[in-house]
Amino acid sequence: MEQLLLALVSMAAGVGACVLYFWGTNKILDGIFPARGENAGRNILRANSIRPWLFLGPAIALLTLYLIYPVINSVILSFYGPSGKSYVGTANYSWLISDAGFRESLRNNLLWLFVVPAASTFFGLIAAALTDRISWGNIAKSLIFMPMAISFVGASVIWKFVYDIRGENIEQIGLLNAIVVALGGEPQAWITLPFWNNFFLMVILIWIQTGFAMVILSAALRGIPEETVEAAVLDGANPLQIFMKIKVPQIWGTIAVVWTTITILVLKVFDIVLAMTNGQWGSQVLANYMFDWMFRGLDFGRSATIAIVIMVMVIPIMIWNIREARKDV
Amino acid sequence: MTSVSLKDVSKSYGSVEVLRNINLDIEKGELVVFVGPSGCGKSTLLRMIAGLETITGGDLQIDGERMNETPPAQRGIAMVFQTYALYPHMSVRDNMAFGMKIAKKPKSEIDAAVDNAARILQLEPYLDRLPKALSGGQRQRVAIGRAIVRDPKVFLFDEPLSNLDAALRVATRIEIAQLKESMPESTMIYVTHDQVEAMTLASRIVVLHGGNIEQVGAPLDLYERPANTFVAQFIGSPAMNMVAAQVTETGASTTVQIRKGAAATVQVPSKPGDQSSLVQLGVRPEDLVLTEGSDFLLEGTVAIVEALGETTVLYFEGKDGEVGLIAKLPGIQSIGKGTKVRLTAAPDKLHLFDAEDVSFHYR
Repeated sequence: MEQLLLALVSMAAGVGACVLYFWGTNKILDGIFPARGENAGRNILRANSIRPWLFLGPAIALLTLYLIYPVINSVILSFYGPSGKSYVGTANYSWLISDAGFRESLRNNLLWLFVVPAASTFFGLIAAALTDRISWGNIAKSLIFMPMAISFVGASVIWKFVYDIRGENIEQIGLLNAIVVALGGEPQAWITLPFWNNFFLMVILIWIQTGFAMVILSAALRGIPEETVEAAVLDGANPLQIFMKIKVPQIWGTIAVVWTTITILVLKVFDIVLAMTNGQWGSQVLANYMFDWMFRGLDFGRSATIAIVIMVMVIPIMIWNIREARKDV
Repeated sequence: MTSVSLKDVSKSYGSVEVLRNINLDIEKGELVVFVGPSGCGKSTLLRMIAGLETITGGDLQIDGERMNETPPAQRGIAMVFQTYALYPHMSVRDNMAFGMKIAKKPKSEIDAAVDNAARILQLEPYLDRLPKALSGGQRQRVAIGRAIVRDPKVFLFDEPLSNLDAALRVATRIEIAQLKESMPESTMIYVTHDQVEAMTLASRIVVLHGGNIEQVGAPLDLYERPANTFVAQFIGSPAMNMVAAQVTETGASTTVQIRKGAAATVQVPSKPGDQSSLVQLGVRPEDLVLTEGSDFLLEGTVAIVEALGETTVLYFEGKDGEVGLIAKLPGIQSIGKGTKVRLTAAPDKLHLFDAEDVSFHYR
């Protein structure tokens, strides 16, 4: 109870401080450059050139502290030894190239990269197109969107049950094994099957991200001018042709943004792998590998090096994504 | 030969009836304009012919064939939309070729059709451009080109000029008129709310109001002999003046006594039973002329003067809360606000409508 009260008070104080900051600085600015008197025009211009910096100031300061500083520090750390004190040059990078664990992570990450964004976007697009045509579409949409509300770890727990295996002669409680057994097959320890287990983990992220893709693409589909669809009907196109040749090309920009947004997420995938396999049985990924070296290997240098690799992979997609999203407007 | 025939066609959304028992025959080669105020059902009727709206009653025939349930693409129609409805991701050429590509026509045939349409509409330099790189007028030409490529029996135009600016609208209107002239065999149905487009383009105008056809006829017929007060006031700008009157003499021509005004003889026949019935006397603003003598029809005080150069429009003060008269006089007139003037009109320019708003000509 006391904690709850404390939380409420600190929340109120935080919001209050923000309001006070914006209101106060604005007031002071208007006091220094009053919008009246003989220099009113000049004062308004000056105040307006300063105001954005006042309002953006706190955000810029926080971003610098929590984003830019860590990036620079990571780059520096990647040239240092395990404790971050001894300079080792490019030793971490040459280690990385020859390291089998890193290569496995990179390969798996690329697999994730090809499968998850494609599958999520594809299923999202199909779901968006189909739910727009049926009367209970909104219910279906809510159901498909719901996994978005579940944390990655929570989703992993759910899917651990799906992939669960019990010993011989015990009833299989895992959904997948129950189906396999019911069809007369042998139960499998799904998440320990090398190579294939990657795909079983990917299914979880696809399950989560399809809802995201569906919501964005559904909005885009609704933005298509109805007349272009009617014109295509008059031109004799069937529903599939209208979808593939008229609708999809018109929302191509949105599809690309959804695709790259999920791609960036996939490059950082961590929680699912940690919760499901912790990188065992050949399912390691970069983010989990970095985490491993940071907190288990206790090697800041190598960990930072892996972080740099992830960042370098994300940046170009990020830039393209932002450009594309701006173009859409 | 009848090209499009509507028999008792009606349309309702649930219990709301938007079109009632529409009967209309459109001859091959005609350009018929559907005109009417917003919400009169003209666009709905066009979309029903196109097959974009279902027909809830009656029959639609195109070239003698019943088309009620035929898919739009097989009705032999092509439509030009108000918003152009070009496929934004396709070049002008692909936009025009799309229908034929879907129909799996040979490439040589498609190219020939597209090139022909592009030549007619002077779109050749733009064939490889995307619609967004075209001006509004060019986009509408592409939309018309897409319709020509389909080689339809019937062209449908849904307010095709509404999205263009005033100057371009006039130019494109003339282009459409020329296009129609170059394709005398094609039937065209054209929806607009703009009576100038209707008057200039139509071989026949269909005036729609509240889901009914009010009158069908050649443009000048509608202007000279409107069937009822709605058509009388809808066609012509400013709208026809209506004044209450009472019949005093019937026969080959009718004499009426304008309430609080003069008597007028109208060259419209009436029956003996019309004697002393209450009627409305209609006179177009442009048919009113100034008069000095005592033989005037109407009298009023000028409230507003609009000097347009080519014409001068006088708005009169309304009596007893009635709508004031409007007179449209040729050229520049030196009449000031507040002047009391007398107006008259030739007997053959006067219209009479009975208590049910129906013209004496059409009873």
